[in-house]
Amino acid sequence: MFVRLDPTIWWTIAGIYAVLLLASVLVFGVGRRVPALGSRDLCQRVTSWWIMATLFAIAILLDRIASLVFLGFVSFLALKEYLSLIPTRRADRRVLFLAYLAIPVQYWWVGTEWYGMFIIFIPVYMFLLLPVRMVLAGETQGFLRAAGTVHWGLTICVFSLSHAAYLLMLPGDDAAAGAGLLLFLVIVTEANDVAQYFWGKLFGRARVTPSISPNKTWAGLIGGILTSAVLAGLLAFLTPMSWWIAALIGAAGGIAGFCGDLVMSAVKRDLGIKDTGGMLPGHGGILDRVDSLVFTAPLFMHFIRYFYY
Amino acid sequence: MSGPTSATTTGATTASDRPAALLRWLFFSLIVRPAVLVLLGLNLRHRERLPKQGPAILVANHNSHLDTPVLMSLFPQRLLPRLRPVAAVDYFLKDARRAWFARNIMGIIPLERRPEGGADPLLPLERALDRGDILILFPEGTRGEPEKMTALKSGIAHLARRRPDVPVVPIFIHGLGKALPKGEALLVPFFVDLFVGEAIAWSGDRARFMEDLAARFEGLAHEAPPPDWQ
Repeated sequence: MFVRLDPTIWWTIAGIYAVLLLASVLVFGVGRRVPALGSRDLCQRVTSWWIMATLFAIAILLDRIASLVFLGFVSFLALKEYLSLIPTRRADRRVLFLAYLAIPVQYWWVGTEWYGMFIIFIPVYMFLLLPVRMVLAGETQGFLRAAGTVHWGLTICVFSLSHAAYLLMLPGDDAAAGAGLLLFLVIVTEANDVAQYFWGKLFGRARVTPSISPNKTWAGLIGGILTSAVLAGLLAFLTPMSWWIAALIGAAGGIAGFCGDLVMSAVKRDLGIKDTGGMLPGHGGILDRVDSLVFTAPLFMHFIRYFYY
Repeated sequence: MSGPTSATTTGATTASDRPAALLRWLFFSLIVRPAVLVLLGLNLRHRERLPKQGPAILVANHNSHLDTPVLMSLFPQRLLPRLRPVAAVDYFLKDARRAWFARNIMGIIPLERRPEGGADPLLPLERALDRGDILILFPEGTRGEPEKMTALKSGIAHLARRRPDVPVVPIFIHGLGKALPKGEALLVPFFVDLFVGEAIAWSGDRARFMEDLAARFEGLAHEAPPPDWQ
């Protein structure tokens, strides 16, 4: 394993830390005088961001394999969280084990750049294999619900997320370019989440979807989309896109991320829970954090692959 | 190492056995803790209610062989020699290899479920408490149906009556019966919820103590109703 010495990557990561430092000064410093800034929730959020950003930076700066292992592990944590939340059947223990085994296999297709297999393995082969394994277990009560929910989780947590990993492989031998694409996607997606929260708290009034998530406001949504567009335009140097195409993609990513967030909110409503877990203090569970990435990663990967590689 | 027949006398010495203590330390730091962190993942509520030192009695619901190692992993490694799970002689000391592991690695105190000839089965537990140990007990008596709680046995009340100053801390576990239920050898990863309850004091009456304990478990189980598992 070696550390990539590509200056654009280093500067971008330095930029992430500069923003985190600013956020920490605001929350922990100014927050002592302004209670709205120094709330327990915000302090926890910022602390968790430091840890997540550092783990992600290490994974990116090491070689491709380290990045793939890291993203595969995120898939594992997300799937574990999902399977722990949904109703499951005792008879399906081995089916769930099989679903976990799909993670290393899927990331293996990514690492070997076998695009055809990567794109059909979960939608076709796992889709057929899981119900067959369920049939062998012999329990028909609740069969359809079990087959549907397990495969849905696999698609969300493994198939969708592995698209972010495939960005690493797109430019072929140019590993730094792949790392740039992944950084671009993750920064714009996560910044969009933060920006929507921020604009929503500041100016939010009219709710977009009161029945699903009362926290989503039009001001947050539009402010988030504009922020993402500006940020994506500024970060276009990480990608082969020109600045204005990157800005358009940033805006589209803002909408996609919003949709991912809403879908996970609907799932949580259905299950009667508020957070998907407690792994990331201030944020909730790992699914609460990657819900928007699950939507932006496949869209961004296919756009880039179709038009640029 | 003596055989199971002299359980009452050997129970006290095993945990301080040097090489065994090292193996035990290695087993928990290299296998149990990483596995709990990566394969399972704990959602622990009310960590502050865990006893900081012995003597204390932890009581938990029992669904899986993983219950004991996971409960032990909640404590700092330096308290490991103090942690003594209480386990049934007839199950754990039946097979020689299992007996070796139970005594030396888990550090169990063997409990005679059906004592013969007027022997006092609680005596080794009292001695351990007097030494400042933290006992881990499963008052359901057996793992039983996964993820279902059964009636509590009142042995714990006798112990609490004899040592009324020792705190009895209830812990409700959910998820381990899904990860590794009775009769299964394949571990399937699941997040585990652990809810630590407030310590119960001996109320002077066995029936009331058992009611208190059952009510405490009931309350903990309702803090976060688990998803269906049929």
